[in-house]
Amino acid sequence: MAADGTLMLSLVEEFVSGLQDSKAKEAATCVKDGQFTILQLVEALGLSLTSSQPHTRARGVQLLSEVLHDCYGGLTEREVEVLIAFYENRLKDHYVITPPVLQGLRALTKCTVLPPGSAVSMLRSLFQDVHAQSLMLAERACVYNMLINLMATREAELKGLGADFVFGFVQSMDGERDPRNLLLAFQIAKSIILRGYDLGKFTEELFEVTSCYFPIDFSPPPNDPHGITREDLIQMLRDVLTGTPRFAEFLLPLIIEKLDSDVQSAKLDSLQTLTAGVSQYEHKDLAEFLEGLWASLRREVFQTSSEKIESAGLAALTALTSCLSRSVLNSDSEDSLSTFLDLVLKDCKHHLCEPDLKLVWPSAKLLQAACSASNRASHIITDAVMPSLIEQYNSRAQCSHRRTLLEVVQRFIQSVKTCENEESVFLAFRPSLCTMVFSALAETNSSLQITATSVLTSLAQQTGLLLDSDIELAVDHLTRLLLTEEDDRVSLAVVECAGALAELHPAAFITKLIPRLKKEIFSEPMDQDDNRVASEKKSHHAVRQRCLSALAAVAIQPSVVQESTPVLLDVLSSAHTGGVVFSVEEVVLACHSLQRIAERVQDTEETGRCFHDVVIPRLLSLALQAALQGEGSPGRRSPLVEEVVLSAMVPVISTSCSRLQPTLAGQTASRAVSLFLDGDVSFLPDNSFPSNIQLLKKQQGDSWSQSQMVCLLMGCVCSLPRSVEVPRMDHLMTELEEMSCTCSHPLSYTSAAKCFAGLVNKRPQGDSLDSLIQRTMKRVCSELDSASSPVRTQAFTLMIWVAKALLLRYHPLFTTLTDKLFSLLDDADLGPAAADAFWLLMSDSADILNRSCHADVRIMYRQRFFSENSAKLVQGFNAAPKEKKPNYLKALSNIVNKLPKQVQVTELPALLSLLLEALSCPDQGVQLSTLSCLQPVLIDPPPALIQQLEALVSRLLALISSPAMSVRITSLRCIHAISRFPEHEVLPFRARVLRALARPLDDRKRLVRREAVQARAEWFLLGSPGGS
Amino acid sequence: MSGGTQLENANPMVFQRSGDRLLTANDEDEDVHDPIDHREIFDLIRSISDPEHPLSLEELNVVEQVRVKVNDAESMVGIEFTPTIPHCSMATLIGLSIKVKLLRSLPDRFKIDVHITPGTHASEEAVNKQLADKERVAAALENSSLLEVVNQCLTPNRGI
Repeated sequence: MAADGTLMLSLVEEFVSGLQDSKAKEAATCVKDGQFTILQLVEALGLSLTSSQPHTRARGVQLLSEVLHDCYGGLTEREVEVLIAFYENRLKDHYVITPPVLQGLRALTKCTVLPPGSAVSMLRSLFQDVHAQSLMLAERACVYNMLINLMATREAELKGLGADFVFGFVQSMDGERDPRNLLLAFQIAKSIILRGYDLGKFTEELFEVTSCYFPIDFSPPPNDPHGITREDLIQMLRDVLTGTPRFAEFLLPLIIEKLDSDVQSAKLDSLQTLTAGVSQYEHKDLAEFLEGLWASLRREVFQTSSEKIESAGLAALTALTSCLSRSVLNSDSEDSLSTFLDLVLKDCKHHLCEPDLKLVWPSAKLLQAACSASNRASHIITDAVMPSLIEQYNSRAQCSHRRTLLEVVQRFIQSVKTCENEESVFLAFRPSLCTMVFSALAETNSSLQITATSVLTSLAQQTGLLLDSDIELAVDHLTRLLLTEEDDRVSLAVVECAGALAELHPAAFITKLIPRLKKEIFSEPMDQDDNRVASEKKSHHAVRQRCLSALAAVAIQPSVVQESTPVLLDVLSSAHTGGVVFSVEEVVLACHSLQRIAERVQDTEETGRCFHDVVIPRLLSLALQAALQGEGSPGRRSPLVEEVVLSAMVPVISTSCSRLQPTLAGQTASRAVSLFLDGDVSFLPDNSFPSNIQLLKKQQGDSWSQSQMVCLLMGCVCSLPRSVEVPRMDHLMTELEEMSCTCSHPLSYTSAAKCFAGLVNKRPQGDSLDSLIQRTMKRVCSELDSASSPVRTQAFTLMIWVAKALLLRYHPLFTTLTDKLFSLLDDADLGPAAADAFWLLMSDSADILNRSCHADVRIMYRQRFFSENSAKLVQGFNAAPKEKKPNYLKALSNIVNKLPKQVQVTELPALLSLLLEALSCPDQGVQLSTLSCLQPVLIDPPPALIQQLEALVSRLLALISSPAMSVRITSLRCIHAISRFPEHEVLPFRARVLRALARPLDDRKRLVRREAVQARAEWFLLGSPGGS
Repeated sequence: MSGGTQLENANPMVFQRSGDRLLTANDEDEDVHDPIDHREIFDLIRSISDPEHPLSLEELNVVEQVRVKVNDAESMVGIEFTPTIPHCSMATLIGLSIKVKLLRSLPDRFKIDVHITPGTHASEEAVNKQLADKERVAAALENSSLLEVVNQCLTPNRGI
C-alpha cells in the first residue's frame, strides 16, 4: 500500500510539475486496475489542487479530469456527488482552470449513477459561471457534448429547468462559428424541438440563434480532415428550422426574403427548406404568408434560368398545396385551399390561352404542381382549367397551337394520381377529351398525332375513365394510322400506344385490330406489271412492317398472344410455300416480332405451351422443309434457308427456352436433340418428312442447307436454365465437334462451335469435362499446327468459342487456350483474326454465353483476364517482329476497350506508352479502336494521362488529318474531351490546338466539320471570361 | 436574371425548334464532298442562347433558316437576325454573338456579314454599322465583361 502511495505521488508529481502528459494515462490505468481509488488520487492531488498558482491548480484538475475521462464508469453515486460539487465550485476559479474543469464535468455527465438533481445543478452552474463563446474551440465542444450527454439520459430533469434550459443553450451557442461545433449545436437544437422541451418565451431567440446561419454558405477547405460537408450542415440546420410549426411565423418571412437573393444555391436551399417545413404546418401557420410565398414561387418558375430551381419551386408549390389540403374546414373560417388556388389560377390560367408565348409552359407546370398535391386540389384546378383548354383547342386552327394545348392537357392528366376506388377527376370531361384526342388523331400533322397517342395512353391509364366504346373507337383510329401513316415517328408512337392500350383492354384488340392486320399482311401488292410497281411495293412493304411490329407490341396479355402468334407463323409458312410473296426482310421482321413477344409475355403455363408446343415445332418444321428442298432446287428457293432468317429464328427459340416454363423447355430440348441426332420428326406438325434425315452428318456434295440448321439446335440447348438437363450430352458433343472441325460452310461450323461451347460452359466441373476439353484441344492444335490444313479456320473458330466458354466460368484449362491464342498473333494467316478474337473474348455475345441464357458467367472475368494476360501481351509486343506489332496493339486495344472504366483508369498508367504507340501505328483499325478506348477515359482523366499530355495532344492532332473519316471524327472528339481537363494543364496547348483545329473546319465531310466546330468552340471558351 | 428585376420582354413568343439534321447516306460516304450549306450555317447559330431568357435564338425566332445566305464556292455568308422587339437593347450583343460564333466555326476564307432584318429595329443602321466594323468588333472582344456575356451565350446548356 505504501509502495502504491509513493507510486501515485510520483505520478502526480511528474504530471503536475514535470508536465509529462503521458502520466495521466498511467494513473488512469492504475485506477482502472484497482491499484488505488479516485479518493486516494484526490488526496494525492491535495497540494496541487490547493496551490496558490492557478497553473498548478489547472494541471492538478487536468490530471483528475483525464483520469475521470477513462474511469467514469467505475464511480459510485457518492463519489460522483462529491466530484460534481468540487467541479461546480472550480468553475468560479481562475479562467485557466476552466478548460480542465469542463473536461471533468463532461466525463461526469456520462456517468450512469448521476445523483438526482445533479444534472440541473451542473447546468445552472455552467450557464451562470461560463461564457461559452469566450472559450476555445475544444472547450465549446465540451459544453455542447455535456448538453448532448445529459439530454440523452436526464431528459425529465432537464425539462424541469423549464425555459431556462433553452435560454442557457441559446446563450451558449450564440455566435458559434466553427462548423464542427455548429453540427453539435444544431443537434442539440433539433433535440430541444423534437423532444418537446419547453421553449417558453424563447421561441424566437432559439429561431434567431440558429436561423442566422441560413442559408448555409460553407465550403470545406481542400483536404479537410473533418469531412464535414456543406450538405451535412444544410440538412442539420434544415431539420432545426423546419422542426416545429412554432417557427413558421419566423421562417416563412425569412424564406421569402432569401428567395430574393441572387445566389442560386441560396434560392435552392430556401425552396427545399420551404418544402420540408410545410409538411408539418397547418393552414393557419401559413395563412398570412401565402401571398408572399406565391409571388416568390411564381417568379422563380416564370423567370428561372435553372432547371434545378424550377423543379424545387414546383415541389414547394406541391407541398404548400398539400399542406392546405390537409386543413379541416369549419363553418366560420374561409377555405384556405380554394383561396390559395384562386390566387394561382388568377396568375396562371390566362397564360394557357397564349399557346405560342413563353409563359404557357411555366404556367402549366405551376398549375400541374398544385394539381398533383391532393384530390381536392386536382378537382379545383381541373374544373377551372380543362373547359378553357378544350375550348381553346377547338377554336384554334394552327397545328402548333393545338399541339401545345394537347401537351398541356396530357401533363394535367399525368399529374393527377389515380386511386383504385375513386372515380377519375376527368370523368366530367371524358366526352370532350375523347373528341379532342380523336380529332387530333385524324389530323395530318404528325407531331399532333404523336401527342394525341400519348394523351390517349394517359387517358387509358386513368382507371375506369374510358368506356368500351371509346376503346373501340381508339382501336379504329390506331388501325387506320398503322395502315396509312407513312411517317416513322408517328407509326412508332402508334405502335407504342397500341401496346399500352392492349395491356389494359385486350378484348378490342383481339376482335378488331388483329384480324384487320392479318388481312392487310396477307394481301398481295397490286398488279405486278404495273408501272407504279416500285413505289407501291415499297409502301406495301412499309405497311407490312408496321403491322408485324404492332402484332408484337399488343401481345402482352396471354389472350392476345394466342391470337397474334398464329398470324406471325402463317407469315413464315406462306413465305416458305410461296402462297403469298414475302420478302426476306419481312420474314425476318416476323421472327423479330415472335422474339419480342417471347421476351415480354407473362411466363404462364398457357403462354409456355403456346411457344413450346406450337411456335417452336412450327419453326423447326418450316426450317426443315425449306432445308430439304435444298439450296440448289430449281425455281425459287425458300427464304427460310437464308442465313438472316435462320439467325432471326434462333433468338425466338432461345428466348422461349430460357424464360418460359423450364419443364416444357426441357421437353423441347430433348425433342430437338432427337431430331438432330436421330432424325426423329414425330413432334413436328405437317409431318411428311423422309425417314433418313441426318442433320449433323456431312452432307452430300457439301450441301449446307441442312447442316446450317444446327444454329436452331444451338438456340434451344444452349439457353436452358442450368437445372434442366440436356439428354445424350456426350453423343451430342462428339457430333458437334466433328461438324465444327470438318464442315466448310461458315454458318454451319461457327454455329456448331458455338453450340459446343455453350454446352461446355454449363457442364459440371470434373474429370469428364477436363478430358473432353483436352481431347478437343489436341485436335484443334494439330489442325492449327499444320500450315497446310484446309480446316485451320474451322479449328480456330472452335478454339475461340471454347476459350470464351471457359474464360467466363474461370476454368483452369483456359490458360492453355490463351497461350495458343497468343502464339497465333505471330501467325502469318491467322494473326489478324487472332487479334480480333480478343474482341470476341471480351464482349458479351448476343445469342449464347450470356446471362439471359443462364450461362455460367463469373463477375469481373474481364478484369481477371486482363490482369493475367496484359504482361504477356506487352512482352509479346516487344519481342515481335515489326510487321506483326499491329496485331498486338489491336489485341490490346480490343481488351482495354471492354474493361470497365474504373479498371481502365487504374491500369492505364502501365499501358499508356503502348496505347500512345498504337495511336501512331499506321493501321486505321488499330487507331480507331485505340481512340475509342481512350475517349471514355478522357472524361475523367487519371494523373498519368495528364503527365503525357504533350505526347497525347501531338498524336491526336496528327490524326485529325487521317484519310479515314471515322478516325478524324473520333480524334476530334478526344481533343474536345481534353478541353475539360484541369484548366491549368491544358491552357498551354490552347493556341496550338485552336490553330490545328482551323483546318478541319474546312473538311470535305460535314460530320467531321461538326466535331471540329464543337471541339474548337470549347477550346475557345477555355480560360476566357464567362467560358467555364 | 435574379430577384425582382423585370425583363424587357417577359413573355415572348416561343417557336418550335427544328429537329436535328437528318443523316443521309452521302454524309457517311467518304468519297462525297459535302458543301457548306444553309442548314449547316443555321445549325451553327440556332442554339446560341438569348442573353435574357433561357431560350435559344431559334426558339425566339431571332434567327431563321430562310434568313441565312451562303455561297461556299465564293466563301460568302450573310445572316439577317430579327430582335424580338424593336427597342431591344440586346440587339448588338446578339449580333456580336452570332458573328463570334461564325468566326470561330467557319474556315477563315469566309467573309461574314451579320445584320438586322431590315425594318425590325429602331436603331438598325447603327447596330449594322457596329457589326460590320472589324475594328470595333475586335475592340469589343477585348472588353472582358462583354466577352464574358458573349461566351455565356455561346456556352452550350447554360444554368447550374
